[in-house]
This record gives sequence, C-alpha cells and structure tokens, in this order.
Amino acid sequence: MSERLIGILIDSFTKILVPGLLYTIPLTAISFAVALVIAVFMALVQFMDIKGLKQFARFYIWVIRGTPLLVQLYVVFYGLGQLGLLLPPFLAGIIALSVNEGAYCAETVRAALESVPKGQMEAGECVGMSYLQTMRRIVLPQAMRTAFPPLSNSLISMLKDTSLVANITVAEMFMAAQRIVARTYEPLAVYIEVGAIYLLFSTVLTYFQRKGEKALGTYEFR
Amino acid sequence: MKILEAAHVSKSFDGQQVLKDVSLSVNSGDVIAILGPSGSGKTTFLRCINFLERADAGTIWFDGREYDLHSMRGSDISRIRMRTGFVFQNYNLFRNKTALQNVTEGLIVARHMPKEQAEQIAIEQLRRVDMQDRRDHFPSQLSGGQQQRVAIARAMATDPEVIYFDEPTSALDPELIGEVLSVMRDLASQGMTMVVVTHEMTFARNVSSRTILMEQGVIAEEAPTQEFFENPKTERTKAFIRTFMNR
Ligand SMILES: Nc1ncnc2c1ncn2[C@@H]1O[C@H](COP(=O)(O)OP(=O)(O)OP(=O)(O)O)[C@@H](O)[C@H]1O
Ligand SMILES: [Mg+2]
Repeated sequence: MSERLIGILIDSFTKILVPGLLYTIPLTAISFAVALVIAVFMALVQFMDIKGLKQFARFYIWVIRGTPLLVQLYVVFYGLGQLGLLLPPFLAGIIALSVNEGAYCAETVRAALESVPKGQMEAGECVGMSYLQTMRRIVLPQAMRTAFPPLSNSLISMLKDTSLVANITVAEMFMAAQRIVARTYEPLAVYIEVGAIYLLFSTVLTYFQRKGEKALGTYEFR
Repeated sequence: MKILEAAHVSKSFDGQQVLKDVSLSVNSGDVIAILGPSGSGKTTFLRCINFLERADAGTIWFDGREYDLHSMRGSDISRIRMRTGFVFQNYNLFRNKTALQNVTEGLIVARHMPKEQAEQIAIEQLRRVDMQDRRDHFPSQLSGGQQQRVAIARAMATDPEVIYFDEPTSALDPELIGEVLSVMRDLASQGMTMVVVTHEMTFARNVSSRTILMEQGVIAEEAPTQEFFENPKTERTKAFIRTFMNR
C-alpha cells in the first residue's frame, strides 16, 4: 500500500467516524426508539382486535413493507417538501426510518404476543386485574422478552439502512465517505474503510445484544 | 350461609351442547368435589361461573344480587372476580414474576395495596403452602408441585369467598400430588370454601362435604359426600365409583 493511500485512510478515518457519531448513531437510536413505540402500538391494536385501528395497522404494514425504504425517504423529504412541508433532512430521515422499521417490528411484536400462553391473561383476570393491567404487567413484558433477539437483529440492520439517508442530504458516514472518494479517487479503499466502521458499530451492538439476552435470561420460559 | 348460586347454566361449543342446565349452590365452608368422566363439562362449568367462558344462558347469584351470565357487564365480572380465586390445572403462574411477585401482583395492581403490606400477606401465604424458602424463584425454577402451591397461595392472598380448583393435581407427577393435596386439605380444615374438580377419589371422599357427578353436561348426582360414596342413588354413580375405586 502506498504511503499516500495510508495517509488518506488515516485522515479519512476521523472524517468518517465523526459523522458516524454525530448522525448515524443518533439516527439509529432515535428512529429505533420511535419504531418500537409504533410497533408495540400496531401490534397491540391487532392483538386486541380494536375495530378500525386494527385495519389501519394492517394497511400501514402492508404499504410500508411493500415499498422500498429509499422511496419512502424520497416521499417524506422531497415529496412533502413539494407540498410546502420542508422538513430538515435529519428529521425527515428519522420519520422515514422509524415508520419503516415500525412496520417490521410490529409483526415481530405481534407474533411474540401470540406466543404468550392464554392462561397468563386468564390468571391475571382471575386475581382481579383488568385486561389492560394484565397486558401491561404480564403479557407484554413476556412478549418483549421473546421479541428481544429478533428486535436486536432489526436494530442492527437498521444501523446499516441509515446509509440510505445520504440520499436526502444528511451528512452521515456514507455521505462523508462519498465526499472523500470524490476528492481522492480511491473508491476501493475508502468504501472498504466505511464498511469496516459500520462493522465496528454493529459488532458493538451485537455485544450488547448478547449481554441483554443474558440479563433477561434470569427468567427463562419453559 | 349461601355464598353463591349458579343456576341453569348452559353452554355450547360449535353447536355441541357441553353444559345443559347445570345448577350449583355453594354455602360458606363447603368443600364441593365435582367428579365426572373426561369431556363431561367440569372445566367448562368452572370457567363459566368465573366468566373465563361466556355461558349461553344461566344466572349467578352473588352477594345478594343475581346476574345474567350471558349478558353480564364487565364491571360486575371484575367485582365478583375480586372476591373469588381460581387454581388452574397447569398452574398458570406469571412466568415473568417470582413466586413472591406472583402472590403480590393481584394485591398491588388490582387492589392498590401498599407494597410492604402486600409482601407481608404474600410471605404469610407462601409460608402456609411451605414455599417461603422459594419466594424469589421464577416459575421455571420450580417443580410442578411447587408451582401449584404458589398458585394456591396466590389465590388465597386475595382473601376470596370461594376458590375454584380445576383438577389441580392432574398435571403433576405422581410423587408431587401428595404435597398439593395436603395443602388443600389444610385449607379445607381451616374452613375455606372450595369447589374442586378432581379425579382424586380419595381426596373427594375424605375431604369434601358434598360430591357431584357430572356426565355429558348434566349433574348426574349430587349428595353429601358420605351418602354419595356409601349409598349412591343412580346406577351411573355406582358404576363410576366402581371403576375408579378399583383402579
Ligand atoms: N374452547 C372450546 N372449544 C370447543 N370445544 C370445547 C372447548 N372447551 C371445551 N370444549 C368441549 O367441551 C366438552 C367439555 O369439555 P370440558 O373441558 O369442560 O370437560 P372436562 O369435564 O373438564 O374434561 P376433563 O376431565 O378431560 O378435563 C368437551 O367435549 C370439549 O371438547
Ligand atoms: Mg377439565
């Protein structure tokens, strides 16, 4: 490897890492948190069979899962912009990512809710708790425990999906890499470098996933 | 003193009538054993009178008021459930709660009792079923018999007027049945009102005050326990006792 290339890689490392810390990580964290709220809501209205809302949830999941994330990003940023609702790119990114991820996670949470034995709800009602109390304290926590591994996987793939947000002018890691390539004409080395930084981030997440699973393992279901 | 009376309870599943006009009156201190072959409707009856299943017809009298089982309001259901207990065949302990939390949950959440007071009651009830040493264990860390004893403590903690048991020992390994039955025997001797669906004939005979035989969705015979076993009126009961006692 030439000295020049090594110099470029060292120089670009912080230039990629900083936007990673400033944009990629917050984008992932905030969007995933919002996605979880959406997911639990959409899963619950389906599980509880709430008229109207259930149909809305099915429609939402159908549309979001059936269209590309990139298209959704463009609709939120450029599409709404045309209507005069010009969102800051970072906010547009958060909206598109969380709405997108929410649809996938909703299915995960719904399946987990259905895996909780019926007797858990019945036992709650038999000690005098209401349906909602039992849902909140007994059924939902168990479902989230079951959903933890697949949700962690979703989080990791979402981290990678944030690279698409470069398309709506958010200066996150991938865009930083693109800029460096435009300046240096070293696409192979720099794109591998940005890939390595994504890998670093997702490895950290995987580590926390393991720890989390262990911590939750204090009660295992038989 | 009469605690509750279920009358003319009927229930069908997919066009097949599982309960046909079943009635039961429960007095304070009664221990009622419900026997009967598999599929005769015992579980369905218990579930109907605790509203886990909505009956097609029938009434329930509780605390001076009569309710229509089919059209009963949610608020009335919760009010009665607050004062009854249910023990399931497969325990149904809350899997995400420790033994202690299983018992306090209904007190803290449904009855808004302060945590310390709830825990005090829970520890007392766990001691009663000899499970105080395992109070911080999760259900998955307990044997079937231990889980069922915690489930009984959970039902007892809410100070119910009556506890329904649906075959509380049927899911247990034979060597674990004794510990659960002995807890139930203690409760009975302390005057707890109990309705027990069971296949344990010896338990029914020695502990219950009244015995009922259910067959194909109807009550085939109901009598004071001694009379039921020593002087059964119907041929069905005679045959049933013979089959079970000879096993
Ligand atoms: N949810 C349900 N849907 C359809 N049929 C049901 C349902 N629950 C019970 N049944 C039917 O109702 C009949 C009575 O069932 P039930 O469970 O009350 O019997 P049981 O007397 O408790 O029997 P066992 O001794 O085997 O527990 C059975 O034929 C059963 O198949
Ligand atoms: Mg049964």
